[in-house]
Amino acid sequence: MATPTPASSPEEDRFTAMGASERFVTLKRRFRGFVFPMTIAFLLWYLLYVVLSAYARDFMGTKVFGNVNIAFVFGVLQFVSTFGIAWWYSSFARRRIDPLAEEIKADLIREDAR
Amino acid sequence: MTSQSLTIILFLVLVAVTLAITIWASRHTKTATDYYAGGRTFTGFQNGLAIGGDYMSAASFLGIAGIIALSGYDGFLYSIGFLVAWLVALLLVAELLRNSGRYTMADVLSYRMRQRPVRTAASVSTITVSIFYLLAQMVGAGALVALLLGIKEGGTFLGMTADQAKIGTVVLVGVLMIIYVTLGGMKGTTWVQIVKAVLLMAGALLMTVLVLAKFGFNVNEMLGAAAKASGKGQEFLEPGLKYGKEVPGDAAATLWSKLDLISLGLALVLGTAGLPHILIRFYTVPTARAARTSVNWAIGLIGVFYLMTLALGFGAAALVGHEAIAAQDKAGNAAAPQLARELGLEYGGDVFGSVMLALIASVAFATILAVVAGLTLASSSSVAHDLYANVIRRGKAEEKDEVRVAKFAALVIGAVAIVLAVFAQSLNVAFLVALAFAVAASANLPPLLLSLFWKRFNTAGAVAGIYGGVISAVVLVTFSPVVSGKVDPVTHESASLFPLGVDFHWFPMENPGLFSIPLGFLCAVIGTYLSKERAPEKFTRLEVRALTGAGAE
Repeated sequence: MATPTPASSPEEDRFTAMGASERFVTLKRRFRGFVFPMTIAFLLWYLLYVVLSAYARDFMGTKVFGNVNIAFVFGVLQFVSTFGIAWWYSSFARRRIDPLAEEIKADLIREDAR
Repeated sequence: MTSQSLTIILFLVLVAVTLAITIWASRHTKTATDYYAGGRTFTGFQNGLAIGGDYMSAASFLGIAGIIALSGYDGFLYSIGFLVAWLVALLLVAELLRNSGRYTMADVLSYRMRQRPVRTAASVSTITVSIFYLLAQMVGAGALVALLLGIKEGGTFLGMTADQAKIGTVVLVGVLMIIYVTLGGMKGTTWVQIVKAVLLMAGALLMTVLVLAKFGFNVNEMLGAAAKASGKGQEFLEPGLKYGKEVPGDAAATLWSKLDLISLGLALVLGTAGLPHILIRFYTVPTARAARTSVNWAIGLIGVFYLMTLALGFGAAALVGHEAIAAQDKAGNAAAPQLARELGLEYGGDVFGSVMLALIASVAFATILAVVAGLTLASSSSVAHDLYANVIRRGKAEEKDEVRVAKFAALVIGAVAIVLAVFAQSLNVAFLVALAFAVAASANLPPLLLSLFWKRFNTAGAVAGIYGGVISAVVLVTFSPVVSGKVDPVTHESASLFPLGVDFHWFPMENPGLFSIPLGFLCAVIGTYLSKERAPEKFTRLEVRALTGAGAE
């Protein structure tokens, strides 16, 4: 049996209703559709680097040019990918998340004032 | 003028400037929001700097440069974990936390749960993480300042022996952090962190340019010189001298040693987004978008900084040399200041050498002050806002009382940290930073992510996840070689917390993350399914708030 919950306020009801609205579901799908795969991707990419550092030392020690070996190139690529993903996410969020989130927020606040 | 007196003058200037900031901030700190969140008036750029100042501890500045200087490439492994971790914060945590919480990590964790058990658990883990981290920083501060001022065992400074000077430093650092936090609150602490970040970046940039200029801005040549001077040749430029060592003839030991490296990597990358003193920084900006901007700035600053530590570490290996670095400090913590002195000497003779050493020593001092202040603020906020206001007073505390309790808690936590750090002065506590990251990754991150993304998650799951994570990380470390039973193969002294002869370790790795992080998640999931509590509507409301910022303060 479910525990009895206190009656929800009108404001809470509006938030709950908004959660089921098509606009919000779209927003949520867009957000998760970007951040979940991206998180899995960068974690796997990072773990690949750590695992290679632990188990593939000969490979990591292979010279690319001069004293610079694959381990350095790989390490610097982790920096590059981190900067790149941060930039990519921010531009994605600016275009695809922020406008819709702002719109929903404005609606919720407008109804609040009513 | 000697480098020592110049260093002391710069220290005093730094203390005076930060105290002036604190007094200014105290005049502008009136409400609870001012105290906990700096009034939420910082810009994304300012907060990005402050995050950098909060995050780049002495362990990253002196520690990573030192590891690179002595063990070469392996120090870079640390930097990469510390940097990539920010993507977890950026994508999954920063904005949602900013939108759905007010002052502490527990605000988000307890949003759709029963307040008291969840806040109590979150407070326990916040304080655990912060105290471990704080202790590591303060014990380090004592040793570091003695080192930077050049006080050797047996020598004296202003009539104090080395041990007295260390204790004096710990007390001074502790008193300063208490003053910053109790008077200046989040506003004062943030500005101290901003000042430190600017000093640290400027100092590291200056040294990087001077080092690279020595090698005609040819990185390849610098690496070659470092490898040659290290006495280890090309191995110095490859992973494996420090972490994940191969143990010849012992397959099991080799296996554990390599898994230990992976375990460390996991804790580094997953710990950052669970560090309470980092999380509360997202509350200091007005909007989620500003939180995003601040993480982007932080990623840029921290990334550039860690790239510079490569130049510092390999530069120190090439120009100062392995023997001189190891002679000054076994862990290489003095490598960066030693390099500063060496660079000064080479470019401008004795006087410039002293100036450079004093500059970098002051930067290191500023680094410690900013980090310990952030940690004290995070733990005292949790005591006041979670334990006092919501658990004891059940959400009915007066704002004024809450802030008063926060200040009192900062005083008590600061005092406890001072006492513990004084007693721990001669102990080997370097492992505490890694432990803090492991606890954050095992106990804080799983419930945080599950409460933001998993509808079924509930009170029992959050409580089980937090305690399960804290206990598994702490227990595994207690029975690991960092606490007992590790012997330095060269000096035959104890390399553990406990002295030689005490050995109760059975866990083969130094880093618990590989086991404790999955355990934390597992406890959270099992706890959830063992309880019938469901609140899908509350989850929906949390999602709407977190994603849109409606109803956010």
